[in-house]
Amino acid sequence: MTKYMDRTGWALTIGLVVLIVVNFFIPEWFRAILLLSLARGSVALGLLVLWRCGLISFGHALFYGFGAYTVALIVKYLGITDAFFTVACGVVVAGGFAWALGFLLRRYRGIFFALLNLAFSMILYGVLAKLESLGSTDGISLERTTYLWYAPEGPANKTALFFFAAIMTWAVAMAVHHYLRSTLGYMTTAVRENEIRLEFLGYSAERAIHVKYTISGLVGGFGGAIAAMTIGHVDPDSMAYWPISGDFVFIAILSGTGNVGAPFIGALLYELIRTYAFEQFPGIWQLIMGGTLLLIIMFLPNGLWSLVDLWKKRRAERGRPAAAAEREKA
Amino acid sequence: MNLLTIIFFDAINYAATLFLLSVGLTVVFGVMRILNVSHGGIYALGAYMGTWLALWVLEVDLPPVLTYLMLLLGALIVGFLLGPIIERLLLRRIYGSDMHIQLLLTFSILLILDDGMKLIWGMEPLFISEPYSMLGRFKVGGIIYPWYDFVLVGVAVVFGAALVWMVRATRFGKLVIAVIADREVSQAIGINVNLIFTVAFTVGALAAALGGAFVAPKIAVVPQFALEVVVLAFAVIAIGGMGSIEGAAIGAIVVSFARALAIHLAPEVELMAVYLIMILVLVVRPQGLFGEVELRRI
Repeated sequence: MTKYMDRTGWALTIGLVVLIVVNFFIPEWFRAILLLSLARGSVALGLLVLWRCGLISFGHALFYGFGAYTVALIVKYLGITDAFFTVACGVVVAGGFAWALGFLLRRYRGIFFALLNLAFSMILYGVLAKLESLGSTDGISLERTTYLWYAPEGPANKTALFFFAAIMTWAVAMAVHHYLRSTLGYMTTAVRENEIRLEFLGYSAERAIHVKYTISGLVGGFGGAIAAMTIGHVDPDSMAYWPISGDFVFIAILSGTGNVGAPFIGALLYELIRTYAFEQFPGIWQLIMGGTLLLIIMFLPNGLWSLVDLWKKRRAERGRPAAAAEREKA
Repeated sequence: MNLLTIIFFDAINYAATLFLLSVGLTVVFGVMRILNVSHGGIYALGAYMGTWLALWVLEVDLPPVLTYLMLLLGALIVGFLLGPIIERLLLRRIYGSDMHIQLLLTFSILLILDDGMKLIWGMEPLFISEPYSMLGRFKVGGIIYPWYDFVLVGVAVVFGAALVWMVRATRFGKLVIAVIADREVSQAIGINVNLIFTVAFTVGALAAALGGAFVAPKIAVVPQFALEVVVLAFAVIAIGGMGSIEGAAIGAIVVSFARALAIHLAPEVELMAVYLIMILVLVVRPQGLFGEVELRRI
């Protein structure tokens, strides 16, 4: 295994290949679910980066909203529908805001960090809902997306968007994975465990948090941009209202911090439960989501990825039956 | 001058509403260190239950004065039923967990309550105006104000004073303060920490339900109402200092004056004014106006 392709790298690449192959066999509704999972999974991935240093944002719909609205506004006012350009702008705008807000937010921890994020996301919600030029509560509809010189028509458009989103998400996940394995990346855990000791070692905890916050903003903006192109419409209630942030935290908890691939699996599961609940019981889908969440917190507090860890432990124990028997006795 | 009077009365009124909404949240956070997202759900449930019982009184032609009693009864039912159930059954399991688990658990309770209310009372708004109109109105500076608004201010003041008295002057309050200072030592010297938690959460739930029930006649109770109010309550207690009853009062006053000014002078910033002030306060005083600084551990 080379430096850039460890096991997670291979797993992500295999995931990408599977997605591209699967594209030709799945119905339209399932492709939409997969696309949304990629988008929401990206935002949850951003939360995961923050969570590794013990911080949780209860307002990440802020960056999701920035990403989505940047794409929509460029399409509306500049008439540019090129996916590479609009997504890049969405990522840069969201990341820029994250960087700017980072100067303030890096001083806060715990509940205050979570609540300040919430406050900023509610301000964005207020701006989006009030300003007529930003679409107000009705939102903005997007035109069909183009890719450089390629402007697909009909069903080809969906396929193109799916390939684009899958490849881009793969790149984002790979980048985040390699960041987390760098020195700065490992500092996250140190920040969570003990900031003061980290600073005695000569690193700045605030700077580490700032970098992480900016990354999570960039990734969140990417997720928002993909979501805007998938849904074809942006509005404040589905892009920037605070329960959306709650959903992202939900996905992050569902997945666990184990691996950069986990948020995407978590997001897919989330979308499947939500779609099923919404189809079968439209009146009580929130109740079903809440109930599922409750069960997960009660029985799998470390997320789905803890199942993988459990399986690994079991397999290791099978290799040493004596040790396992010993533990059984104790 | 006229405009100032309007702003002043609007703000006082809204401050009472906000205080009743957020004081329970701050009590629960102060004792248990949990930010209870489901607080908004309990508030909305109190509003629904109170309104529903009051409407029933009107339907069976009992004297309309009884509607006040029914609002109170609805709040008591919701608070005493839901408080212990949520605390004993769910929160008890996550006291040692990370903050995000606690946030998410209470968030899921909020989602369940929100849909539960839709199931029971449907999507139509529930509205009762009798308690509001029965008290009549009065005139100040050429503007007509309903007396009910001032009853609400009275309720908020009495309730806040009772809470402060409970914490400052009773044996129970002293036990609560001991538990806040050190949970484990309190347990070791024989304080029933579990009981104190249950009581504290029930008081919080009761406060929310009371707030909801008595505010209900001023507004129409609609689905999704729970989601809107809870973030407002977060802002109020973050401004005042989380865990401080006096802080909740100051936070409510600050937010309501800001909102009243915004509505009358710059309506387009109304939605954001509250959160802008929250950010401003936290930038200057990160622990909120009445909050205590938490020590960093080495």
